[in-house]
Amino acid sequence: MSAVAVKYPEIKALGAEVLSVSTDSRFTHKIWQETELSQMVPGGVPYPMLSDQGGRVGTAYGVYDEEAGVDIRGRFLIDPDGVIQAMEVLTPPVGRNVSELIRQLKAYQHNRATGEVLPSGWQPGKPTLKPGPDLAGKVWKVWKPENAF
Amino acid sequence: MPEAKDQCVTPAKGIIAPPEAASASAPTPQMKEAPKMLARVGKPAPDFELPAFVDGGFKNIKLSDYRGKWVILCFYPGDFTFV
Repeated sequence: MSAVAVKYPEIKALGAEVLSVSTDSRFTHKIWQETELSQMVPGGVPYPMLSDQGGRVGTAYGVYDEEAGVDIRGRFLIDPDGVIQAMEVLTPPVGRNVSELIRQLKAYQHNRATGEVLPSGWQPGKPTLKPGPDLAGKVWKVWKPENAF
Repeated sequence: MPEAKDQCVTPAKGIIAPPEAASASAPTPQMKEAPKMLARVGKPAPDFELPAFVDGGFKNIKLSDYRGKWVILCFYPGDFTFV
């Protein structure tokens, strides 16, 4: 979560808001912020920390583990219409990649603005595709697998 | 210092049923049962209201209040864990 906080200025500049959710109480969030997060990130994490005690919201998002009683690591990218565009769910030992999150955000914003679609591994500045009948069977002319890396 | 928010915090609504589901079960309020909605890509994000710690105070946060903005919703197993 602190990794997201470090990249928060970039996320904010892209017009996105961050909401973090765990099954901890809001009081626990406060103490964690004051005692630890503020030591990792100057000023602490800048986004709302939500409390999903009982896991009902986590259940609706498919990330609540009834046995452990916690929400597992899940990240959902929600567009301005309230539609989920991307999700990533990981088991507890491995953390998420904030850079990939930002890449996906930029790609979805590009698609929303232009209608162009973004092939594998797309980064801003790399080739995009304009979907349509003319492109059928000719993607190989404008995009090579090496472009994904 | 941060502005004083809701001191005691009004109870948050939790999962908020979409309008059609709420009206379909008109006489008996059913949302006390475990919600069955499942988040899927390309589908509306299940709406909810949860208590939150924000800007040094406590406040209820509702997902649908963020309509018009991109939202990154991040679940994690618990405070004071490491990854």
